[in-house]
Amino acid sequence: MTEPGSQPTSQPAVVDIRGVGKTFGRGSTGLVALQEIDLTIRPGEFISLIGPSGCGKSTLLRLIGDLTSPTVGTVTVNGKPARQARLNREYGMVFQAPVLMDWRSVQRNVELPLEIMGTDRPERERRARAMLDLVELGDFAKAYPWQLSGGMQQRVAIARALVFDPKLILMDEPFGALDEMTRERLNLELMRVWRQTGTTIVFVTHSIPEAVFLSTRVVVMSARPGRISRVVDVDLPQPRTVETRELDRYFEHVTTVREALRRHEGSGEPDDRDIAAIRAEGLA
Amino acid sequence: MAGATSPALPLAGRAASSATAGVEMSRRARIAAILALIGLLVLVWEAAKWIGGDPWRLHGTVLGIRIDYEHFPPLKWRIATDLALPHVWSIVGTFFQPAQRNGPLLGEILFGNALFTFAEALVGFVFGALLGLGLGIVFANARTVERAFVPYVVASQTVPIVAIAPLVVIFLPIGWLAVAVIAAYLTFFPVTMGALRGLKSADPRAVELMRSYAASPRQVLWKLRLPAALPYLFTAFRIAASASVVGAIIGELPSGIPYGLGSSILNFKQYYVSGPEKLWATIIVAALLGLVFVGLVRLAESLITRGRYRGTGRDPR
Repeated sequence: MTEPGSQPTSQPAVVDIRGVGKTFGRGSTGLVALQEIDLTIRPGEFISLIGPSGCGKSTLLRLIGDLTSPTVGTVTVNGKPARQARLNREYGMVFQAPVLMDWRSVQRNVELPLEIMGTDRPERERRARAMLDLVELGDFAKAYPWQLSGGMQQRVAIARALVFDPKLILMDEPFGALDEMTRERLNLELMRVWRQTGTTIVFVTHSIPEAVFLSTRVVVMSARPGRISRVVDVDLPQPRTVETRELDRYFEHVTTVREALRRHEGSGEPDDRDIAAIRAEGLA
Repeated sequence: MAGATSPALPLAGRAASSATAGVEMSRRARIAAILALIGLLVLVWEAAKWIGGDPWRLHGTVLGIRIDYEHFPPLKWRIATDLALPHVWSIVGTFFQPAQRNGPLLGEILFGNALFTFAEALVGFVFGALLGLGLGIVFANARTVERAFVPYVVASQTVPIVAIAPLVVIFLPIGWLAVAVIAAYLTFFPVTMGALRGLKSADPRAVELMRSYAASPRQVLWKLRLPAALPYLFTAFRIAASASVVGAIIGELPSGIPYGLGSSILNFKQYYVSGPEKLWATIIVAALLGLVFVGLVRLAESLITRGRYRGTGRDPR
């Protein structure tokens, strides 16, 4: 298990992004979603990507997962091109919506990735059960997704992303659609899961407090074109608990991130290019 | 956290059981509605005969009660004569009388013929469903193929089946197989369309999820696209089931096979004047056969899609 929060300087990077740019469309009508992105993520880190709508943070996450490819630059995951890492099944993905299959029970939803990877049945069942226990849904193995609340469904999605023991988890606003109370509870739970598994997490969010609370580093992005404007090291003590949100350091970090975001806000009002960028992200 | 959430399961269970109670209620209501509709039909039917049919002369004993009833309708309607519109009880009664002197009861003959037609329709249904599913999978995977071929699939259904049926019978020497092919011809179309629509209905985010697992196209088909298509497929199967019965009966007409409801229809049409209620009885059996087939498809659907959400028919998310 990797000690979270420690400064892993000598270890090889889990994610290495160099000179990455992404343009949707071609020529003069092309829309630059990301420009000159450089980012290195070390094992055991918890990285949040935060920024205004249309800053390309989801696109950046999707580039790491090889769900889309960069126009220029390289994305390396575990020392391999992102595509190879995807084919090797080296990361787990959690979307904003749980994306559970309503014809499968909770247990069978969690087993899905193992099924695709050809794990035999007893092993599949054992590991899915262990993951459901980890997210405290052991009693709901036989239930169907529609019988669960939104927060519980998202926990199933997290168990599914963890079940094949990937070293990297990509999360695209996983708690964005949940109410504030459920969200804070799931933040705590995610911290516990992260500590217990020692996995590396890249987390896209709109919420400054969430980003600060969860992360070892917060990557602040700006829009038009999408760039990294600042990286904030969050040196809050581990493990993060309910008390973490009451520390003075916590509020200082929240202020730092908020100011970093504001400095690059530009005119403030979203223009047509913003809206086009959001559409382009949705389409990609 | 577990403590806070675990009471939700019994709650969910209770919701589910009250939902099944609701289903029971609505099923009873549905049966009542069907019976009421049949009753209404019989009432209108006999009312037409009472106003404009042939004279009623009812003499006999029903359940130990002596009936002597005569009535002379005030009007004369051609469609309400005993030849055009036999009394409901004559139609029901004819099931329990021999079709020919000293022969088996008409009900027995029709039951046997219905089984034969069902076998042909079932074979046709399976052929047609497999063909439709195959075409749907090909079309759903290749946009250009879909654009090129779907118009022909549609055009195939505008050609009257009665024009094609004799040709199929000429080409295929085995009678029942020709009939099954004709049934399949009517079956494959709704299944193709249902499969195409259903296979495309998979959540695009779920497709991305499968991509993140580096799932093979076959795995995406079996674990995502086909299960997602099932509700569409079963709607298509229900249409296809009734169409296959129609196709089988139409196929039997030119085939010259001495079994099946088609042969009964030809036979009783020829002797309509001497026993119009027999043709009506055959029509009722054909309709019942279609209903039974569709009912079997529904049963298969409820077994296969067990556990899925169906309260409003829509996913709650």
